[in-house]
Amino acid sequence: MTALGESQLLTPSADRGRSRARGLHRAKLVEKLAFAGLWLAAAVTVLPVLLILAIMTAKGARALTWTFLSSVQEGIFPAVVGTVLLVGLTTVIAAPLGVMAAIYLSEYARPGPAVRLIRLAIVNLAGVPSVVYGLFGLALFVTLLHFGRSLLAGACTLALLVLPLVISASEEALRQVPRGLREGSLALGATRLQTVRKIVLPNALPGILTGLILAIGRAAGETAPILFTAAFYALSSPFPKSLLSPVLALPYQIYVMATEVPNVPPEHKWGAALVLVLVVLGLNLVAIVLRTRMRAKRRW
Amino acid sequence: MLSIRPSRRKRRPLERVVEALIRVAGFLAVVFVLAILVFLLRDALPILKTIGLGAMLSGARWSPTADPPKFGLLPLILGSLYVTAGAMVVGAPLGLACAVFISEVAPPRAREVLKPLVELLAAVPSVVYGFLGLLLLGPWLAKVFGLPLGQFGALGSLVLAFMAVPTIVSVSEDALSAVPRAYRENSLALGATRWQTISRVVVPAARSGIIAAMLLGLGRAIGETMTVLMVTGNAPVIPQGLVGFLKPLRTMTATIAAEMGETAYYTPHYHALFMIGLILFLIALAVNVISDFAMRRIPGVRA
Repeated sequence: MTALGESQLLTPSADRGRSRARGLHRAKLVEKLAFAGLWLAAAVTVLPVLLILAIMTAKGARALTWTFLSSVQEGIFPAVVGTVLLVGLTTVIAAPLGVMAAIYLSEYARPGPAVRLIRLAIVNLAGVPSVVYGLFGLALFVTLLHFGRSLLAGACTLALLVLPLVISASEEALRQVPRGLREGSLALGATRLQTVRKIVLPNALPGILTGLILAIGRAAGETAPILFTAAFYALSSPFPKSLLSPVLALPYQIYVMATEVPNVPPEHKWGAALVLVLVVLGLNLVAIVLRTRMRAKRRW
Repeated sequence: MLSIRPSRRKRRPLERVVEALIRVAGFLAVVFVLAILVFLLRDALPILKTIGLGAMLSGARWSPTADPPKFGLLPLILGSLYVTAGAMVVGAPLGLACAVFISEVAPPRAREVLKPLVELLAAVPSVVYGFLGLLLLGPWLAKVFGLPLGQFGALGSLVLAFMAVPTIVSVSEDALSAVPRAYRENSLALGATRWQTISRVVVPAARSGIIAAMLLGLGRAIGETMTVLMVTGNAPVIPQGLVGFLKPLRTMTATIAAEMGETAYYTPHYHALFMIGLILFLIALAVNVISDFAMRRIPGVRA
């Protein structure tokens, strides 16, 4: 009777204990499976980068001869020069505009509806599809301003495309400069602009340059914006003579070689694509390393 | 709060000019968004003299060089929707899982390797993705699955998924990291496992940021041009059912890229392509405004 009573009393709680233990066991098992799934997802996500590098190196490395890189007739030299010119001009246009816009946002603007509007515009500008930039460049620079399909029209279009990137990176770099430095300068009687020029900008420069490197990498690889604003596949004079000359560009060459022109030797295609990937990923890698070192070295 | 004000006495004329320029530059982004809208409208609206907007959006045939030309956008809109939906089916769970891994689970060393790799994934030019899809992945998939052609909708979705993932990862990760530490600690203290904490506390708390991340990834996918132009086969037909994924199709972006180069300026065809551009711009605008709104609901994340 007592024993029975005891067991009757005990059973439910023992059961509950056992089922709780079983529940915990199950939860632990689910956790293990879920974490394994997360590891797998992360691996699958970054696998393409490694695969792309491996495959492109395997297929394109043979093509990377000096002739291929430096010959006008049999190589990609004019396309490389065209891309360097396009990207150089893009940077010359976008850097001052972007940095000045960032200075406004970080040093001059007061929080309010105007700043909200600017931020929303930057986000939207960054989200405009690249081919729509191409249409805008065609309508404004190529036809209305009579730049024609040219180096200048292409660079203006690309500059618009990288502008939000330059603004955001520069603004972040400017905001990293501690308030105390500004206040010290102002307390010594410097004007706001003097403070920006002599104190804030020099301290933010590494961050701004890192942002510019990212922008250059982006501009170098873009194809859609220059499709109808700048690029040609073949030109009678392969190097542009002026800002209003059309140019060859590496990404556009890759596109045409892969889709439209028959009988391009495969190593030519793969070689050109490998050069572009190495340049663009190289620039990004430099920016990532610079940023990491900057964070480690920061004195404040 | 007492703050130190710059002295006004010493401002020179040159300084005034430079400061005025800085102020103007500050509003450039707004000016450019408006300028893009104005120029798209200017060159898109004349098409409405040729064909009504309703007829254009519901037209089943796109053959702008036929006689008479047909400017039906339905195949292109559905093509874009197909490719984008496919990309999100693959990219959304993958991107979210990767973000959760980086933010909640990964050991520091794994995180240090993963984050730059995801950034590099975003940096690969779209023409290179298209190139690899066209020359390598497409023919290989066609052989494995016995498809007649190495260019089809699902191939575009697959490649686009990986192009959308970096956006999804970085925005979701910001949202997850913004979830206060106390949420996690309280959940763990109540006896929840780490996974229960992640799946029932942290992810739901970061919900609006994750929605924003998905929207931005979707925006990236729908606006992507060179990749889809190169890998989806460019046939402006209305995709039917799930089989449509295995056949060539054509997106809105690819149509502009493929045809604008050979179109005479200010013809109906030219205006029709600008109308597609205008629609894409408005979609991107909607996606960004909504995601910006969603993101502002997360404490601690600056939109």
